[in-house]
Amino acid sequence: MSERDSRLPEPVSNAHDRLKALPQWQYDLLLIVGVVLATYGGFAVLGLLGGVGINSIVGFFRTVTFYAAVYALVVLALNLHWGYTGLFNIGVAGFMAVGVYTMAFLTAAPDATPAGLGLPIPIGIVGGMIAAGLVGLVAALPALRVRADYFAIVTLGLSEIIRLALLSGSLRSIEVGDTVYGTGGGSGIQYPPVDTIIPWLLERPVIGELGELLFEVGAAVGIQRSVILGGLYTAVLIAFVGLFYLFLSRIANSPYGRVLKAIREDELAAKSLGKNTDRAKIVAFVVGCSLMGLAGMLWMGSRSFVSPDSFMPIITFYIFVALIVGGAGSNTGSVIGGFAFAAFLWEGPRFVRSILNANLNLRSPPTIYDAFVELGSGDLTPLVGYLVGSLDELRFVLVGVVLILLMLWRPEGLLGHRKEIAAATDLSRRPSTPDRVAASDGGEPDE
Amino acid sequence: MSAGTERGRFADVSIQEVIGWLLLAVVGLLVLDLVRQVLVGELPLGRLWAFTWNGIVDSLYIGLAAIGLSMTYSILRFANFSHGDLITTGAFTGWTAAYLVGGIGIAELSSRLLLRADGGAQPGAVGMDVVSAPIAIVLGLIVAAALTILVALAIDRLVYRKLRDASGITLLIASVGVALALRYIIALFYTTDTRGVVASSPQWETPAFVPIETINLHEATLVISALSLIVGVHLLLQYTKLGKSMRAMSDNKDLALITGIPTERVIFATWVIGAGLAGVAGYLIVLDRGQVTINLGWFLLLLIFAAVILGGIGSIYGALAGSLVIGLTINLSLVWIPSDLNEIAAFTLMIVVLIFRPDGLFKGVETA
Repeated sequence: MSERDSRLPEPVSNAHDRLKALPQWQYDLLLIVGVVLATYGGFAVLGLLGGVGINSIVGFFRTVTFYAAVYALVVLALNLHWGYTGLFNIGVAGFMAVGVYTMAFLTAAPDATPAGLGLPIPIGIVGGMIAAGLVGLVAALPALRVRADYFAIVTLGLSEIIRLALLSGSLRSIEVGDTVYGTGGGSGIQYPPVDTIIPWLLERPVIGELGELLFEVGAAVGIQRSVILGGLYTAVLIAFVGLFYLFLSRIANSPYGRVLKAIREDELAAKSLGKNTDRAKIVAFVVGCSLMGLAGMLWMGSRSFVSPDSFMPIITFYIFVALIVGGAGSNTGSVIGGFAFAAFLWEGPRFVRSILNANLNLRSPPTIYDAFVELGSGDLTPLVGYLVGSLDELRFVLVGVVLILLMLWRPEGLLGHRKEIAAATDLSRRPSTPDRVAASDGGEPDE
Repeated sequence: MSAGTERGRFADVSIQEVIGWLLLAVVGLLVLDLVRQVLVGELPLGRLWAFTWNGIVDSLYIGLAAIGLSMTYSILRFANFSHGDLITTGAFTGWTAAYLVGGIGIAELSSRLLLRADGGAQPGAVGMDVVSAPIAIVLGLIVAAALTILVALAIDRLVYRKLRDASGITLLIASVGVALALRYIIALFYTTDTRGVVASSPQWETPAFVPIETINLHEATLVISALSLIVGVHLLLQYTKLGKSMRAMSDNKDLALITGIPTERVIFATWVIGAGLAGVAGYLIVLDRGQVTINLGWFLLLLIFAAVILGGIGSIYGALAGSLVIGLTINLSLVWIPSDLNEIAAFTLMIVVLIFRPDGLFKGVETA
């Protein structure tokens, strides 16, 4: 994991040196934890100063953590496509839909409408991953023949084909014998939520005892059992982020990963060196798609039904924004990008709204015309009220503007310097010195 | 579509050619089945005509938008994802102008200015149709084009001009940002509600010798405006120096630069023509459908891309032909499949054509 960026601002050069001497994974972990803690600290101070109750601050952190984890999962999968291989896949939502729908079909109760197979959740998850990977394979074979910008439109078209097919009335219910299967059209499929795996896990021997301990601690502090259960699911998601990260970093640093990077930089050159670029691209695409399927299933994990509305093309663009914020081509950047998107672009504006609502006596006029009329008579609050009331629209404007500014000023994102060392050994790295040994045990970060 | 098979290279029969032949075979079978259905009487001729007519109407507004998309694709060299929202811009600005003028003395200023965001100013009460308010409708059409051009030029100045040398994908991502920002700035003013803004279309009873009984005047307005604009663009590109420069630039940018073609002026003209046509398309779609929503252009964008890609990027005539194929596909496919699957048919056609002819049916210019 040679993702080290010397441009990261560090106030104390000494601490910076010590941080730089840490093994890469520790450095990255500290970076992620540091960003998360700093963000939470900032929001907590803002919330407390703004007079938001401690409960809504904690609720905000829970939501942000959940979204940060699910976004990080999909962004990591997309990073394999776009960041490492240079495949501009804008059909992410479609591959997620295939994963979730397959799992819903496999795990839904056989007597429900539409019926499923009633299989256990883990089998459903594996099935969903396989299905998403297979659809990725079907898409990859033709799509790789076309150029990058066409590839984008083909994948977007495919994701719309998937969504419209799931939405259509023709596949709504399909009778096989006495049971009615199908996609359920616009109302979707009911299935047991993935997070029911948590209570199941808590009945296992060791985990169960740990869980009981956690509940007792929680009871002592005054946290309810259901809150802890919800938090445990987020913890599972974070564990998956870790697994995705390890897996994708392993790929990125393998000889195969170097082929992928070579394809990204110059496919013709890679081909000339005798690399089977077509196969490498197809494998990367299929693996990424099946990870997207898995991420989709975990995302929808606390819901008990799935409908096509969850997979609008805009979802794909959110994920792209998160990837670009973090920096394409960097797994650490992907995690931070997912977090930054969830915290600042997605949930942050809502938090600001709750602060404004707590402090200002705002009312939202019905239209912006009325707001301007009252502004004309010298009253600013209706306009502010209207803007706060239209926060959902403003948030999209914010996402769009951030995307534009990134493209203008920093197209490589926060961490996406995209110069991971392609050689097996890093020739530019200093030989290890005693410093480094000393730093690895005393390298307390400056947080 | 027979042009798709003759490639001049018989030495290597690749998978692409196999797929091409398969596609042609499927199209041939469908045509045969269409003839059979008509002969057997399963499909009344009137219904077939209705599908075809709707297909032509759809292809005209898709074509108007596709010209602009194809031009920005070939001259600025990126897939402009904000083109759909230029359509939306045209729809909202144009109809606001139409309401401002047509509703004077009838409806509140607030309802007219925000295009019924508050639910006031019923289209029927204001008389928003081509017979009751022809001046307002024509004025709206002009304003739609003018304001969309201004918005596009402002966006070019703020965003795309700074990225002239960036890669196509960087510009594509920036255009997604532009699309989001533009659409939701519109939504901030006009709200996200879908609403009817056009009164039901007046019908014109045709004389007895014409086979069609009535003509929908709004549809007729769309067809006439779109056709005249398309002819205008054709004349502009073929017979003016500007048109020649534009074609030169889309063929080979470097060569055009060496020859002394003023690129920035050509880009300016590209935005004026492309955005103007997109704005008009948005305005006319609303005239035909009667409803306006902020997702109007975004939902059409993929169909427009399909048309541009089918025709081959960079070729404006290709884009028009592609629009005709897409328009007819989404309507004629209704003979065989239910209406909620027709866009799937169009997108599948786009993907299949891309596989067997990556440069489109009518070879466009290489833009990568």
